[in-house]
Amino acid sequence: MRQFELEKKTTRDAFGAAVFELAKEDPKILAIGADTTGNLGMKDMAKEMPDRVINIGIAEQNMMCVASGLAATGYRVFGGSFAPFISMRSLEQFRTFCAYPHLNVVMAGGMGGLSAANEGVTHQCPEDLSIMRTIAGNVVVYPADTASTRAVVKALGKHEGPAYIRLGKFSFRKVFDENYKFEVGKANILEEGKDVAILACGAVIYRALQAADVLREQGIQATVVDCSCIKPLDEETVLAVAEKTGCVVTVEDSTIIGALGGAVAELLGENLPTPMKRVGIKDCFTESGDLDLLMDKYGIGVQDIVDGAKAVMAKK
Amino acid sequence: MENELRRLKKTAVQVRRDIIEATTHGQGGGIHVGPALSATDIVTALYFKIMQVRPEEPWWEERDRFIISKGHAYAVLYAALAEKGFFPREELLTMRAINSRLQGHPAYHKAPGVDMTSGSLGNGLSCGLGIAMAMKKQGIAHKKVYVMLGDGECQEGMVWEAAMAAPAKGIDNLVAIVDHNHYQSCGCLDEIVPLYPLDEKWKSFGWHVMEVNGHNMNDIVNKLTIAREFSGKPVCIIAHTVKGKGISFMEHNNAWHNGTCSEEQYAAAMKELDEQEAAIEAGMM
Amino acid sequence: MAVLTNKQESIEMRKVYCETMMEMAETDNRVVALDCDLVSPIGMSDFRKKYPARMINCGIMEGNMAGVAAGMSARGCIPFTHTFSCFQSRKCVDQLFLSAGFADLNVKLVGSDPGILALYNGASHMGLEDMGILRNIPSMILVEPSDAVMLRAVLKQVKDTHGLHYIRMNRKNAAAIYDEATKFEIGKGLVLKEGRDVTLIASGMMVELTLKAARLLEAENISAKVIDMFTWKPLDEELVLKSAKETGAIVTVENHRTETGLGMAVANVLTENKAVPLGRIGIGNVYGEVGVLPYLLERFHMTPEDIAQKAKETIKRK
Repeated sequence: MRQFELEKKTTRDAFGAAVFELAKEDPKILAIGADTTGNLGMKDMAKEMPDRVINIGIAEQNMMCVASGLAATGYRVFGGSFAPFISMRSLEQFRTFCAYPHLNVVMAGGMGGLSAANEGVTHQCPEDLSIMRTIAGNVVVYPADTASTRAVVKALGKHEGPAYIRLGKFSFRKVFDENYKFEVGKANILEEGKDVAILACGAVIYRALQAADVLREQGIQATVVDCSCIKPLDEETVLAVAEKTGCVVTVEDSTIIGALGGAVAELLGENLPTPMKRVGIKDCFTESGDLDLLMDKYGIGVQDIVDGAKAVMAKK
Repeated sequence: MENELRRLKKTAVQVRRDIIEATTHGQGGGIHVGPALSATDIVTALYFKIMQVRPEEPWWEERDRFIISKGHAYAVLYAALAEKGFFPREELLTMRAINSRLQGHPAYHKAPGVDMTSGSLGNGLSCGLGIAMAMKKQGIAHKKVYVMLGDGECQEGMVWEAAMAAPAKGIDNLVAIVDHNHYQSCGCLDEIVPLYPLDEKWKSFGWHVMEVNGHNMNDIVNKLTIAREFSGKPVCIIAHTVKGKGISFMEHNNAWHNGTCSEEQYAAAMKELDEQEAAIEAGMM
Repeated sequence: MAVLTNKQESIEMRKVYCETMMEMAETDNRVVALDCDLVSPIGMSDFRKKYPARMINCGIMEGNMAGVAAGMSARGCIPFTHTFSCFQSRKCVDQLFLSAGFADLNVKLVGSDPGILALYNGASHMGLEDMGILRNIPSMILVEPSDAVMLRAVLKQVKDTHGLHYIRMNRKNAAAIYDEATKFEIGKGLVLKEGRDVTLIASGMMVELTLKAARLLEAENISAKVIDMFTWKPLDEELVLKSAKETGAIVTVENHRTETGLGMAVANVLTENKAVPLGRIGIGNVYGEVGVLPYLLERFHMTPEDIAQKAKETIKRK
């Protein structure tokens, strides 16, 4: 089984650094935070461009509507807070004032999924992807590591309309390098195999790859797809791998209702009914703890993915 | 009174020891130590002098209630509850670790004595308002609901929704305590969004406002007693505090918003706390 | 078991809501009503008159209302909060998640004007994603009553069951579907009509239109089973799977966005257990707009004709 090294930097650091890079090229870019600019890796940008980094204070709803106002006046705004405060606390403001007018506001959720770890349920957010997916016209992305975060931010810098990007609190495992390509609405096939398709996003992609290794030792060939762009989903690729392998497993540190698993189930149900298993958090409140331990305890272990793959293969 | 104050001050030192212990040897990673230390003297006074609670019967219907709306100061709540006997002190080392009752931010009903969930800023005063309204209806209005807010937290709009609603609903069994330590996560509050005039704001919303030196036990007990006996309006106490209070290298140093102590730092901090206790015994503090 | 009524009438839901709330308040002094400045739009004026101290108008403060309700519940009250479905979900999901859901309190939410029923209030007031949002709170129970008889029964069950419930409710007139003899159980779908070729699963105002669609199909010799799935969460998985086996094709019909809606909930169950062709009627990846109901139904392809057409397409994919 391949091992993946823990990165030194977090995807939050990568986010702020990439926004800074963009800001150097594009004078229309502004950054905003609700006492979170430091947490989102924007310290360097704030030092060099103090008038282009706005800390609005601990007031997420206010931040969201200020971002909307800035974008409505022609700026491209990159902002964020912790995932629950973007996807829940200021949901109304994001939906109605940023997304509905289709403004160029990219909001980052800095403790998405289980990554808030020891902070506990109040700061973890397994449901952010699912909630942000309810918003029409939104783009929802969950990059796996720092290299892919940079590519995602760069792409969103050219995208017209709202977007949500889930980031992690602590470092993730390194999966990709600077050659990572990201396009809104496109998935990347990482490995091809004929027996089962494993679709994963974000911090658990490495676990999907490890599960593929375990399966290979047992003579099972898995296709592994990086589905970091959850909305719009790359329907063509998902349908193609489902058709080729005849069974699908989705993997995410998100709720299994509504996030990547929900999106894939909708697509397959309506177009290509295929046996499927959603590996993720089973509609429950989690708890505090170390990220890896939490993932194992809440059903996103490598073995859970392997078991899921075998279960769907048996249903073909 | 003299003895009583000495007892409270010593308890506050012990609560700080518990916090430093968890910050160093806890299994749950970094602890929000600075914001816990600024609130320590007030939380100690509440649990050991002002509020009526029953550790052996944590969900006693007629208890006073406390909501730490600045939920990231969980460490002081957990430490005070442990000292009060709600659960064993050793359990403090599990705070924020997997399988612990002491969640990363307080979770209602999960640990004995935690009166409301918090951690997402701005919500606690509304919850306190609801509890206060219900207590009035249930004829236990002689007990109060104490809600501790961060000063940065007062930037949340919902705080002011609740502040507006409480006097309008005739509530006078609700006490808001603003832990005014001047820092928030990203730095100094005054440089981000200042709140001044904070007292005038609360007054204009219809609250009875008092100020207190949040580290002078005599002053704290005095103001909290007035708040407990006050009727006719909800009360807001603006507590002037120091982030990281009690450990010299943490005071006024926002790097300790969240952190872990090394063994050297642990030894230095514990030495300071021992010295404080000796000074209290000698009547010097 | 569902007993359908023969009465051709439509009943104002808010009237039934207020009557039932008064009935419950009389027998249970824990019941209180909270609102965000929509007391008369939800028809609760009589309640306010009779129980002034138990009708709390929080003002225009949805987040605060959620917190207050949680607090009251922590002291043993049973608060019923009301605002429009869009605000009940989008404006207080954070407060509901933490203060009510995670705290395991006993809070009841009523969201009115669901989906396109906001009519003239337009897109900002259309709760097209309320169920999709609130579904994310693990302990949340989601129900959408389809007529007055069901509303009355559901309100009483909700009052007597501890937990966090969301009642998605048309506050204006709804066609009568059920006879008083019908027994309802939260978490169990109702079979309104048996069929062989396809199963139509609907809730709320779409039940009436779906029954009409079934009649249209009947005329073309297509036999459709019709289910009123008034509980979206927990979903009656057993009934979905049984119907999938029986009819081999399913169409979901909802006044909500299909993405994250009833269609998704059904897709989740089908793909993991019994993959059969699925068609979904509902609102797509777009925002709502202002209009009268017949216009909006056509605009979003939700008429009985659209449902029948979708059923035929789905059957073809078997």
